[in-house]
Amino acid sequence: MGRYILRRLLYMFVVILVVSFITFGLMHAVPGGPFDKEKPLPKEIIANLEKRYHLDQPLPIQYLNYLKDLTIPRFSKEKFPNSIDEDALFKFKIGDVYVNWVNFGPSYSSRSRTVNDMLRDQLPISIQLGFLAFCVAILIGMPLGILAALNQNSWVDYLCMTLAIMGVSVPVIVLGPILVWIFGVSTKVLPVTGWGSKPPFSFGFLPTSLGWDYWKYAIMPMFALGLSSSASIARLTRASVLQTIREDYIRTARAKGLRERAVVMKHALKNSLIPVVTILGPMFAALLTGTFVTETIFGIPGMGRYFVNSITNRDYPVIMGTVLIYAIFLVLSNLVVDLIYGLLDPRIRYD
Amino acid sequence: MAVDLSKAVANSGSGGNPVSSKSESLAKDAFRRLLKNRAAVTGGVIIILLYLMMIFADKIAPFDYARQTLAEQNATPPWLTKIFPMMEPYAKPPADDPNKYILGADYVGRDLLSRIIYGSRVSLIIAIIGPLISLMIGVVYGSIAGFFGGRTDNIMMRIVDVLYAFPSLLFTILLMTFFRSSLAKPAPGSFASMLSALDNSLGGMLFIFIGIGMTAWQTMARLTRGQVLSVKEKEFVEAARSVGSSDLRIMFRHILPNIIGPLVVNETLAIPGYINTEAFLSFIGLGVNPPTPSWGSMISDGSKVVRTYPNQTVFPALMLALTMFAFNFLGDGLRDALDPQMRGKS
Repeated sequence: MGRYILRRLLYMFVVILVVSFITFGLMHAVPGGPFDKEKPLPKEIIANLEKRYHLDQPLPIQYLNYLKDLTIPRFSKEKFPNSIDEDALFKFKIGDVYVNWVNFGPSYSSRSRTVNDMLRDQLPISIQLGFLAFCVAILIGMPLGILAALNQNSWVDYLCMTLAIMGVSVPVIVLGPILVWIFGVSTKVLPVTGWGSKPPFSFGFLPTSLGWDYWKYAIMPMFALGLSSSASIARLTRASVLQTIREDYIRTARAKGLRERAVVMKHALKNSLIPVVTILGPMFAALLTGTFVTETIFGIPGMGRYFVNSITNRDYPVIMGTVLIYAIFLVLSNLVVDLIYGLLDPRIRYD
Repeated sequence: MAVDLSKAVANSGSGGNPVSSKSESLAKDAFRRLLKNRAAVTGGVIIILLYLMMIFADKIAPFDYARQTLAEQNATPPWLTKIFPMMEPYAKPPADDPNKYILGADYVGRDLLSRIIYGSRVSLIIAIIGPLISLMIGVVYGSIAGFFGGRTDNIMMRIVDVLYAFPSLLFTILLMTFFRSSLAKPAPGSFASMLSALDNSLGGMLFIFIGIGMTAWQTMARLTRGQVLSVKEKEFVEAARSVGSSDLRIMFRHILPNIIGPLVVNETLAIPGYINTEAFLSFIGLGVNPPTPSWGSMISDGSKVVRTYPNQTVFPALMLALTMFAFNFLGDGLRDALDPQMRGKS
């Protein structure tokens, strides 16, 4: 088990490294630089700016420097100055040595901020939204799928599955504006834009309070984002449960006189969860990255808007930062899924 | 007597006779089952109607999609204000004929209905091109990996793993930006300038297709590989090999026909995703070039005035949802029809 996890983490590291390499190459291959403006800056100023951000160095050197800042901790006897260049995600002290670790670099388009600042202030909001949507997806999708499967070919089944197909067919950019119009504009029950928690977050990413002031901002976006995923979970759960309840051990459980409830809850559900769990990993990652669409519509100050702007602005460190962070999410969630797999099905061995 | 006989023949032909239905080919059998699925048929009919609308757009649309009449911006027909009473204070029916724009006009006075009709082009073309690119690259890639196995398979699948780790939407945008701006000022007569000209004439659609297609094939490659692996050890492949068939022939004549069903179903179910991606790209302003209409960009324009003119968002949004709805129903029906476990049951 331990060796398996270690091997997977190592593999993950290689994947992320390759991702960073491709992204770096691709974004530098795009013509135009971060300091090209509608009204061109004088050559000297651009040269100075490029020198300031070390863009005058050869690309391989830039890439290696980026990796170095990202992975290798910096040590110093004196406290690091509070500057943009010395920013780090993890700052701590061992004995009398100060350590700075993980520096994603500065942002070129907002000069006073670093990518680390964005990860501290904006990413938590996106994570909260993605996680809430994930909960919506599971809490609606699984019961709907189980209900449909247990009442196969009855009106309940047809209703659930029609709802599910409708859910899949309504994208966020359709559902979002319509929700805004119904609850925000016409009835004015919920606020149209904004988010209910601000940095600093507790534990770095959790909202500090969970009152109505938080939920009134969260309800619409989390449903808008989670609904289509809940529909696909419902369809998958239904198929999986249907397959499981035809298995021999379910017949055995019935034959030994267990009540239907016990058969379903104890025997059928746990085993039918396995295929559903497989999709949860990629889905969680997709919801985290998908917040970007929802954030645009509901005006949520999350990580999303940097996605597009960084690419159009050629803000290299921000592009690298967002791609890498989301790539890490994707790979990590796949690992977690594989581990949960083993918990649900003891027949699966890690070796 | 003769009449009875012809009746019996007709009966057996319509699949009523169990003996005749057993001899049907899988495709015929599946198609028959698909036709029985009312939801799938409805979806299919809607899709056909949508494509007809797209093909005859210039005959159906009352106006040109780019025709602006500034005096008639945000024009609203009277029937709309009856349904949405809150629009009353802002409603401005055109002076000459209040019902000139059946669904109203947008913020520069372009007919909403015409733009919705023309806007179907992007969504409906991506619904064909997306699966096409995905199948072309994915199936070839996946079958090579699955068929040859070993080291080839290992290397090819690790590449897919890496591409899988990219957040796909971000990668699509990055690719699109790359193609758009590196081909912005191409040397005349080069391949790049041809691409660029084609993109311009399509209103910016080409690079959306390329961007979406380049990220879409990975799932297909994985799926194909898995299918090839499960089929290639079967006896009929062995038999083909023993009579001296070449690799290529085994691949295309024996393996591919046996695995194409699940691949097609999977691709049909992926179509709404492509439509969604395009709509979103247009929504954030990275899609088609204005004034080419796209439902995504119309929803985006409309959502800015959703307080006063909800019709400008609601109608394109409904069309987008309807289209995805139809493709989902058809894909679902196809899957049920082709599912081998369902075969033989009604």
